Amino acid sequence: MTLTDTLHTSFKTVVSYRIRSLLIILAMALGVGAVVVLTALGDGARNYIINQFSSIGTNLLVVLPGRAETSGSFLGAVLGQTPRDLTLKDAQLLGRLPQVRRYAPLNVGAAELSAANRLREVTVLGSTADLIPIRHMQLALGNFLAHGGEHTAQIVLGAKIAQEFFPRSQAIGQRVRLGDSRFLVSGVLSSQGETMGFNTDEIVIIPIDYAQAMFNTTSLFRILIEAKSHSDIEPAKQAILASLRQSHDGEDDTTVITQDAILETFDRILQTLTLAVAGIAAISLIVAGILVMNVMLVAVTQRTAEIGLLKAIGATSGDIRRLFLAEALWLSLVGAVLGFLLGQLGSLLVRIAYPQLPAWAPVWASIAAIAVALFTGMLASMLPASKAARLDAVVALSKK
Amino acid sequence: MGDQAVYALNDINLQIASGEYVSIMGPSGSGKSTLLNIIGLLDKPDSGRYELDGKLVTDLSETEQAKIRREQIGFVFQSFHLVPRLTAAENIELPLLLGGVSPEQRQIRVNNALNAFELKQRANHRPAELSGGQRQRVAIARATIMQPSVILADEPTGNLDHQIGAEVMSLLENLHHQGTTLIVVTHDRELGGRAHRQIGMRDGKILTDQFHDTH
Ligand SMILES: Nc1ncnc2c1ncn2[C@@H]1O[C@H](COP(=O)(O)OP(=O)(O)OP(=O)(O)O)[C@@H](O)[C@H]1O
Ligand SMILES: [Mg+2]
Repeated sequence: MTLTDTLHTSFKTVVSYRIRSLLIILAMALGVGAVVVLTALGDGARNYIINQFSSIGTNLLVVLPGRAETSGSFLGAVLGQTPRDLTLKDAQLLGRLPQVRRYAPLNVGAAELSAANRLREVTVLGSTADLIPIRHMQLALGNFLAHGGEHTAQIVLGAKIAQEFFPRSQAIGQRVRLGDSRFLVSGVLSSQGETMGFNTDEIVIIPIDYAQAMFNTTSLFRILIEAKSHSDIEPAKQAILASLRQSHDGEDDTTVITQDAILETFDRILQTLTLAVAGIAAISLIVAGILVMNVMLVAVTQRTAEIGLLKAIGATSGDIRRLFLAEALWLSLVGAVLGFLLGQLGSLLVRIAYPQLPAWAPVWASIAAIAVALFTGMLASMLPASKAARLDAVVALSKK
Repeated sequence: MGDQAVYALNDINLQIASGEYVSIMGPSGSGKSTLLNIIGLLDKPDSGRYELDGKLVTDLSETEQAKIRREQIGFVFQSFHLVPRLTAAENIELPLLLGGVSPEQRQIRVNNALNAFELKQRANHRPAELSGGQRQRVAIARATIMQPSVILADEPTGNLDHQIGAEVMSLLENLHHQGTTLIVVTHDRELGGRAHRQIGMRDGKILTDQFHDTH
């Protein structure tokens, strides 16, 4: 019996046992579809978070006061030490390091903003002009703390704040009061929405000097640093730590977080999560495989007389075995392809429902799901097929 | 009970010439089907030799025996043994399919067979939609589609009424007239009597072996 004829004959068999075939195909399809949709979700979530995190800057390092390690801070607490503050001078020093392209000191606080008979509390960032490029912010209008203008009382408004306070008129050039000081609006941020839980549309930015005066502090909340290139990130981190250690009398009392390391960690965690979810979904494929085995065993029993007949008219054991294997192959193949399509449809629906989530199933997951479905289907039909092939022709023929 | 061996066949010595028309008769359980199955290579004797066309076939491999069944032997059964989900034409096609014959050739030969057995109108009907006589005609068409040298029929008229049974027998006898060796197992003395050679069996043994000159 030729391969084409075997495949064709078993395909006709699959079609003629319609309900039975549909059930197996459905089971297979649900398994494959589940793997595809769940990996799409997992990978979508991973990409979403990575994108969000990448969008806050490039080759970014964040310097913050205090040791991150619990043992260090515990020891510090025992010895009665408090970590030394980061100062503007520290920031300037770091800005001169060869690996550093630019830096932005950062203070954060809250104050009341009033203008045009309106009043509301806003989050205030104090920084310098380089905050904009470092944090990948965009200005919709005007400019931001023009270089050299750091000591003038300028203010940049978040998109939503500008819209709230100056819905009709031009915001640039307007005078506003923030806390007890007056500021001149020099720019408006373009709307960016929320990134990493921080909404830049509802902040105002003022020069760092004014912020420190307003919040009555000389210490910085953070120093944001952009390394010159990706390969400069790690050297920059070491240079920053060394530089701060030196200026802090040999104390390691600062922490440097690199965007890269965080990205990598997120990537790893979410990749593992996706794999785990795919693995759980793949269990349904094994269940489908067991179903295939049972259904094929029933088929062998049901068709015993037919198998005897085939042997009587000259089928070899191999022919019988291949016919049953091909039947299982069709069931798994159709199930897998249908499942793949179902999974793609499911991912599409997820993307429509949650446009922010890039829920595309990774290619490896789709291929793996289809391959596992085919493999389990074939493996599960091995036993029924060889049972059929080994049937004694005379005994089989006498079955009704 | 079980410790006494039962011999389905015992001490059989039989030679059938090419082109003969043989009927095998005997009471139920006398071993007629077993003998037919051994001749058709469906069953293996526990001991003894069987030569087909002068070739010892008892020791051939399973695959080689399947090939002989496919090409040289045609089986016709009492219960027809048609595949219920296949049409008449597809049932007739089965041996060609197993033999790896090309689709074009298959179509030609199946068409010829449908015409020869007056099944043209029923080509696309499933066995459940056919009468007993039509079913057996499909079975005979299937048994002859590979042009075997031997036709083995085990009570081919057992499930048919007298009239239809006689028609089926004449179809088989036509094959014999064309040179095919025909071996028919039957309970029916009248039908059995039509064969040129009649073998009577009892308890796994051949009791009588008579040649008749009919017609
Ligand atoms: N699978 C089997 N296992 C054991 N004994 C069997 C088997 N098949 C048949 N026999 C025995 O072999 C003997 C011959 O059986 P066989 O089927 O050849 O008889 P038969 O002449 O064809 O009978 P019938 O006219 O009823 O078809 C009987 O005694 C039967 O019980
Ligand atoms: Mg019998």
